[in-house]
Amino acid sequence: MMTQVPRRPWTQRWHVKPIGWTVLMVGLLIASSRMTGVDVAMFFGNLGQFTELLVRMSQPAWDYLPVILNPLYETIQMAILGTTIGAVFAVPFAVLAASNLVHNRWLRGGIRLILDLVRTLPDLLLAAIFVAIFGIGSTAGVVTLAIFSFGMVSKLFYEVIETIDMGPLEAMESVGANPLVIIWYAVLPQILNQFVSYFLYTLEINVRASTVLGYLGAGGIGVFLQRSLNEFNYSQTAVIILATLVVVMVIDGISNHLRRVLL
Amino acid sequence: MQTTLSKKPLTLTFWHRWRWLLWLVVVAVIYLWAVTGLHFTGLQESAAAVSRSIVHGLVHPDWSYVYNGSGEDLVSLIFQTLAIAFLGTFISALISVPFAFWAARGSHEWLHVRSRSGKIILTLIRTFPEIVLAIMFIKAVGPGSYAGVLAVSIHSIGMLGKLFSEAIENMDRGADEAITSAGGNGAQIFMLATLPTIMPEFISYTLYRFEIAVRSASILGMVGAGGIGTPMIFAIQTRNWPRVGIILLGIVLMVLLIDSLSEQLRKRLI
Amino acid sequence: MEATPMISFKHVNKIYDNGTVGLKDINFDIPHGEFLVVVGLSGAGKSTLLRTINRMHEITSGEIRIEDEAISQYKGRSLRLLRRKIGMIFQNFNLVKRSSVAKNVLSGRVSYYPTWKSILGLFSADDRQKAVQSLHRVNLAEKLYARADELSGGQQQRVAIARTLMQDPKIILADEPIASLDPLTTKTVMDILKRLNREDGITVIVNLHSVALAREYADRIVGLRAGEVVYDEPIAKVTEANLNQVYQAG
Repeated sequence: MMTQVPRRPWTQRWHVKPIGWTVLMVGLLIASSRMTGVDVAMFFGNLGQFTELLVRMSQPAWDYLPVILNPLYETIQMAILGTTIGAVFAVPFAVLAASNLVHNRWLRGGIRLILDLVRTLPDLLLAAIFVAIFGIGSTAGVVTLAIFSFGMVSKLFYEVIETIDMGPLEAMESVGANPLVIIWYAVLPQILNQFVSYFLYTLEINVRASTVLGYLGAGGIGVFLQRSLNEFNYSQTAVIILATLVVVMVIDGISNHLRRVLL
Repeated sequence: MQTTLSKKPLTLTFWHRWRWLLWLVVVAVIYLWAVTGLHFTGLQESAAAVSRSIVHGLVHPDWSYVYNGSGEDLVSLIFQTLAIAFLGTFISALISVPFAFWAARGSHEWLHVRSRSGKIILTLIRTFPEIVLAIMFIKAVGPGSYAGVLAVSIHSIGMLGKLFSEAIENMDRGADEAITSAGGNGAQIFMLATLPTIMPEFISYTLYRFEIAVRSASILGMVGAGGIGTPMIFAIQTRNWPRVGIILLGIVLMVLLIDSLSEQLRKRLI
Repeated sequence: MEATPMISFKHVNKIYDNGTVGLKDINFDIPHGEFLVVVGLSGAGKSTLLRTINRMHEITSGEIRIEDEAISQYKGRSLRLLRRKIGMIFQNFNLVKRSSVAKNVLSGRVSYYPTWKSILGLFSADDRQKAVQSLHRVNLAEKLYARADELSGGQQQRVAIARTLMQDPKIILADEPIASLDPLTTKTVMDILKRLNREDGITVIVNLHSVALAREYADRIVGLRAGEVVYDEPIAKVTEANLNQVYQAG
């Protein structure tokens, strides 16, 4: 029995889409390998140097640990302050960017554009600029982290605000409460837990980020990271990385636990 | 039974009533520690002047740098940055797939030894600073964008592997079951059911990771790993603010463009 | 002399790792070409019973024979060949949603191919034609190139049946095939199963919640409660009253 096979449009019969995507991907891959000078043979040729570096890093100089304890604390302090300042500034912006609270499209659009622009800037780039303004030290680091977390937190916050239940809010509006009172009594209770959760999440990211900011002079453990790398003192580098790892994991653990309790 | 039940809420209310105070004290102590621990350098005398010249530079960018045919201009280096991010993310996505299946929790696994070990490795990779990786690879292959590609490739495994493994844990295993019941072997189940089911999510996460890689590729040059970061840090150090201005503009435009492009693609995928 | 049954359960027990009893001393035969419906409350062991037949679930003790061969010792290739002759239909269709209907249907043919050919999608022209015919039998040939997730639930279940037909099955196991469907498509799907049973002589075993549907389609109804067979009657002897005892608390 021969059965009628449905006809396919020619794009499907000749697999235009998959072939097109494959060609595009292969083209991009070739172009970018050329542009970046990727050379697999060279990597394996120099593998000796790389493994030597790894071998030296696998023998951490533990006596260096006391030296880096203070900068480690400083890193955490920078992260806490930077995240807090960023989050505080983020709250009004998040409220103004939330489509269910602000009905003026131009205001909301303008605020969101600013937030989008802030978020495009990589943290190390901000650090380099603020080191130029504030000089070498943790001030530049705190300001960098503040701006970086401002961009990130404000987006997370306004997305939370947009998911709230509008019932209590409309109830208060109907009795003529003023906007600040509404936010305090009808919005805040609904979002507080998620705010704190996102704050902690941002803090985790900032602790990671702050460990390298010092590389450009913005304070914290990164200063020592750069010093050890410049002096080719890889056994010290290893201690710094391991210590950072422990700090990040501890902060992640605490923050994860708190977030589970909150949500 | 009745009495124990009625007593419990009493102790709970006590804890509830005073819990906020405990938290307040804890938070206050943490902030006190954070504020007193840092030595604020304060504003330097030159800060105002520097800020003014930065703003001036940003408003009057160095347009001549956009393209001059030398291969060291803004457009060429932006493309180089994108190439680093693209290649790095691509390689990383390939390596992440086996890592993800390693770290994904299976249902019949004894104490989750396999998945836990995989998750720990991924966390280690994620926490290892990308900048340090870049510096290490510079030792291996010399300064330039090749080192940047390698740094992005390895560092991204930490995050992609985690996202992929979570996607695997949450995926619908129905198609696997169907191929199993049709008499397929392990490889057939994987290729005809598991992979096609999970692929759109893998691609979506890879695109998301590409957005992040574009940002990191634009700063890797600060340590010599190629891309737009190298002229950027050089311009900052030589106080060439008009140059900084045009590079910042370039980075912002590049990131905005890539983000919206990737978002469009991801929306069509899922 | 009585012909050998298609499937035969002999003192089959299933106890889960956590101690729950899944199946308890199951004993009955299913002759060739029967349309058997298994009814019972959810959790009564219907799904477990069905899945022991193609060894998607293992039994703890007892014996299951298919065409007079004990299946418990099968592994590797022999197990896959056993599964090939037993098609299975699922409550949630279990299609690859973002793949085309054609790919989904062809994937039912995997066990006839060496691994490398099937994973590269190198199915023969004959099998592609067979896929069209299978779809034709469920009245969906026009959807050959559609994506599975573009179809309605009832259509997806019909694609799943077409996929199963690619195996040339002697038995079809259907685990709550209509639980996610509306009444109208329910009838379409059940009619197709009945037709395959009548026209191709495929032995069909269906798990159902609905007693009304069971009475409409079954040749014989088996009732399970807490893993035990508490009811087993040919359709001629099924009455509303005696069937209801399946649902009474034991």
